[in-house]
Amino acid sequence: MAQILVGDSEPVERTGHALKDVFLQDVYGIPGGEKIKECIQCGTCSASCPTSYAMDYPPREIIAAFRAGLLEKVLMSNTIWLCSSCYSCTVRCPSGIKLTDIMYELKRLAIEFGLTPKKAKAPVLAELFVDIVNKNGRIAEVPLVSKFMLKTNPLGAFKMIPRATRLFIRGRMPLSSHKIEGIAEFEKCAGAMTETMVSSLHAGSVKQETS
Amino acid sequence: MNIARTVDCKGLAEYAGKLPNVAVARDYQFTCSNPGQEMIKTDIREMGLTRVVVASCSPLMHETTFRRTVESAGLNPYLFQMANIREQCSWITENKVLATERAKAIVRAAVMRVNVNESLDVEKIPVNSNVLIVGGGITGIEAALQIAESGKKVYVVEKEPTIGGYMARFDKTFPTLDCAACILTPKMVSVEQHENIELLTYSDVVEFSGYVGEFKAKIRRRPRYVDEEKCTGCGQCEEKCPLSVPSEFDCKLGKRKAIYRPFPQAVPNVPVIDREHCLYFTKHICKVCERFCPHHAIDFEQKEKFVEVPVGSAILATGFDLFDASRIKEYGYGKFPNVITSIEFERLTHASGPTAGKIQLKNGKTPESVAIVHCVGSRDQNYNEHCSRVCCMYSLKTAHLVREKTDAKVYEFYIDMRAFGKGYEEFYKRVLHEDVTFIRGRVAEITDVAQNPSEKGKLMVIAEDTLLGMVRRIPVDMVVLSVALEPRRDAAELARVFRISRSKDGFFLERHPKLAPVSTAGQGIYVAGSCQSPKDIPDCVAQGAAAAANVLSFADKGEIELDPTSALIDEEACSGCKICVGLCPYGAIGFDEPSSRAVITSVLCKGCGVCVAACPSGAIEQHNFTNKQLLTEIEAICS
Amino acid sequence: MNRAYDKSTQLVCKALDIDLAELNDWNCCGASAYMSIHEMKAHLLSARNLALAEKEKKDLVVVCPACLTTLTKTNRYLAEEPRLKKSIGASLKAANLQYFGSVKVRHLLEVIVNDVGEEEVKARIKTKLSNLKVAPYYGCQLTRPFGVIDDKEFPSILDRLLAWIGVEPVNFPLKAKCCGGLLMMTNEDVALGLTRNILDCAKQNGAECIITICPLCHMNIETYQGDVNKMFGTDFKIPTLYFTQLMGLAFGFSRKELGIDEEMVPSRPLFEKRLEVVG
Repeated sequence: MAQILVGDSEPVERTGHALKDVFLQDVYGIPGGEKIKECIQCGTCSASCPTSYAMDYPPREIIAAFRAGLLEKVLMSNTIWLCSSCYSCTVRCPSGIKLTDIMYELKRLAIEFGLTPKKAKAPVLAELFVDIVNKNGRIAEVPLVSKFMLKTNPLGAFKMIPRATRLFIRGRMPLSSHKIEGIAEFEKCAGAMTETMVSSLHAGSVKQETS
Repeated sequence: MNIARTVDCKGLAEYAGKLPNVAVARDYQFTCSNPGQEMIKTDIREMGLTRVVVASCSPLMHETTFRRTVESAGLNPYLFQMANIREQCSWITENKVLATERAKAIVRAAVMRVNVNESLDVEKIPVNSNVLIVGGGITGIEAALQIAESGKKVYVVEKEPTIGGYMARFDKTFPTLDCAACILTPKMVSVEQHENIELLTYSDVVEFSGYVGEFKAKIRRRPRYVDEEKCTGCGQCEEKCPLSVPSEFDCKLGKRKAIYRPFPQAVPNVPVIDREHCLYFTKHICKVCERFCPHHAIDFEQKEKFVEVPVGSAILATGFDLFDASRIKEYGYGKFPNVITSIEFERLTHASGPTAGKIQLKNGKTPESVAIVHCVGSRDQNYNEHCSRVCCMYSLKTAHLVREKTDAKVYEFYIDMRAFGKGYEEFYKRVLHEDVTFIRGRVAEITDVAQNPSEKGKLMVIAEDTLLGMVRRIPVDMVVLSVALEPRRDAAELARVFRISRSKDGFFLERHPKLAPVSTAGQGIYVAGSCQSPKDIPDCVAQGAAAAANVLSFADKGEIELDPTSALIDEEACSGCKICVGLCPYGAIGFDEPSSRAVITSVLCKGCGVCVAACPSGAIEQHNFTNKQLLTEIEAICS
Repeated sequence: MNRAYDKSTQLVCKALDIDLAELNDWNCCGASAYMSIHEMKAHLLSARNLALAEKEKKDLVVVCPACLTTLTKTNRYLAEEPRLKKSIGASLKAANLQYFGSVKVRHLLEVIVNDVGEEEVKARIKTKLSNLKVAPYYGCQLTRPFGVIDDKEFPSILDRLLAWIGVEPVNFPLKAKCCGGLLMMTNEDVALGLTRNILDCAKQNGAECIITICPLCHMNIETYQGDVNKMFGTDFKIPTLYFTQLMGLAFGFSRKELGIDEEMVPSRPLFEKRLEVVG
């Protein structure tokens, strides 16, 4: 089985399928995903995006690069992790592309294939979030934030102490975490899932191998 | 080797020759050619044939050809039957045995059927050569003049008080920068003066009944409160009228009087009183116009009138409406006073507009920077999917006019540059030399929230410069929105009156987008200009002339032929249930109350067969598709 | 960190006779974070909540736009994508749950404005908040992407409610612009910049107070207001409250009851002299 090469901006091969095609089919498979074919590169998304100024490549360019198979460029840039899910792009896109949902799919693909930029903190936060919800069924802010800070910015964690203290004094630091009754049930439901991705429910999509 | 590839034609001919009543069966290549046709004619004459069957391609291809052939040999064309052994036989299988068996069945069916075919005579009906043209814009004007010149009478119905349409409001036209009024008004005058044209302005068509060649149009003439016969257009009434209201012609940017002509060169040059604002109608005072009119042409007692005119055909040339830009909230139209639409800009730059041609902001100052935004309401799944075709060109024209008249910096935001016509790309090149900044990116937002002192009081236009890959935020004084062309707001009503269809985008539906762009599915009714789809003036004129040519092709003949394969009701069997009446897509079935029977107007019938199938009493049959004929075919196939 | 939102919501709903019942054993909706890792499982989280709500024969009312969007998205996709419905249905069955698609997901703000209405709200006003200028901050996910509750670019539903309780909603062009959301954790600089724009706009338009309808927006605008000042050298001191807290004040509840003293940007100076009991 071929390895994934994290290197230059060419599509990489894995298990005989061109990765570009796999990724494209995945995106086509999410609800409304096929609309990405109608992108006329007008740039409304980039200009509507509140964080595009800080992105390596603006959203429009991400779509162009993605369609061209330049997966490195797409996934190793900071772009998808700077998406705040404000949906401005989605509501204004003249081609009706659900760009925010595509950003989510790109995030999932990036994590699944381990193609995230080293500096990116958002994937860390997301993964911690998932762990806590999987364990408790609900989010516990204090464990989430403290674990996150220790993992990504230990020094910054110290700087947060004054704020944390102020919040604690005002009674805004919930220290206990609640575990729901149905958490075991939820795991059972998750285990009973036959598909892990909505895109694989669509005809013609290339099914991912679960690793 | 088309049919013979899978069908054994020789064997088929032999088989056919043995069928009952068959006098001769030939296997011939290219029967549709002249020699082939001659062969058929010779056979008819020499052998005294009373029926002919040709087994070959689809009837859509050559049924008409062969019907003419047999007719020229003296046989009624409906005693001919076509057996399709190509599209429905040879082309659908590689299996030679099956193909030949199938071909035999098809031929057998045709032979048995043709025995019970009946002679049918083509009815010719006289047509009224008058023409109704709805819409007095450039398209309607072109069609009217063409038809009138050929000697036919034309009624032009226009809902505004003047003809001229949108073109009358434009300043200059691309790509030549001709003054719109200068090229349009002579044509308007010609329409008014032409002896064959009757101009009915400030009027609508409320009913349109009848059938091709014999239509009747009921037209409502709204009261102007001015007698057209007496008025000389001196303008005294307009001068003396004390009340000014916003002018629709000037997009409400300027004013007009309560008694007004929309613009000085209006045709007819007769004013109209705006009942909603006129002081006499609202408060029962004033009447100054009546007092000062030297010809006593003011008539406050005028009433709405209805006239009925007989015509043989109609052309709809009702034009378009513009997209309401306030629907795109993020562009701020309606919120920011200096965000205007393209048509508002035309009025500003027009020499006889509200600012006498000066391009200015709402506070009267000249803008130092202007942004022009493409595709406002076009190419957008949230509003109109279609491209409005002319906006790229009129945006370039706008840029040119701003640069010509002011020193303002101009920024043009586009997605594509569609310069498709003659001289259009050259015009683009010209504007590229005029110091206009082109930014390839669709405008996402226009905001007045300043992020630094230099932005205070300005409008910031935000778009990604996709060629640079950077978002640009450009402060300007004025924004011109190039808005989409949409169907008229009353297009649905008009389509109902004339019983025509509309396409998905709401414009009137042509019979065939490539080969029949001005005809409709209904006979005798044509569409032309931007009511069919957005287009520029050259194309509008071309379509107006095309519609005229279509109309003249039968108006000149004086008669049209009716397809005899119409439906026919057996009165005895009709139970009066009325199911067929509502089903007919062509409105061809009426109901006679006294006898309680449905009645078909055969000239409207297109032979679609819906009523035949739907009648629960089996009272309707169709000529050339009678039950007996169809059952004979079926029996023959199954035997 | 949102105890105040919870407290004030409960009090206001009680006053308006809105019968709020906490969904038994509800789970986290997953918001944007879970959806960034697992798609199907994220839908499952929402589907479980929807199934539980349907079992209790009630609609789901939320006070967080992220929950609103996440739950609504799953609700819609289950109706529009038959294979998703089948797959989720099979998963839910493992916990003896079913979902037939009948639950409506709503935000409390919209319930109050549309179901309760002007008269009922006005009838409960006990305190006048005279001449108080507030900036109604909607954020992103109340009206986007679905646009069901109000206009996607310039909503006005909160403005209306604020007018009903007697305060003056100011013109606020950035009312539905993004505050950065979770980016405040992961890309603080960017989020601080976005939050700064909002604070600046509110200030420029004369707002004395910002009203929010989202706990995350509240955190960014209120808790991080000091960080904005530190980064940009600004001196914003704009008290920021949840809409239910302001309503609670108007309805005569005490600051303590409404959790108003738990804030980082003190609002005492603002309200001290402004509350007039009207009976």
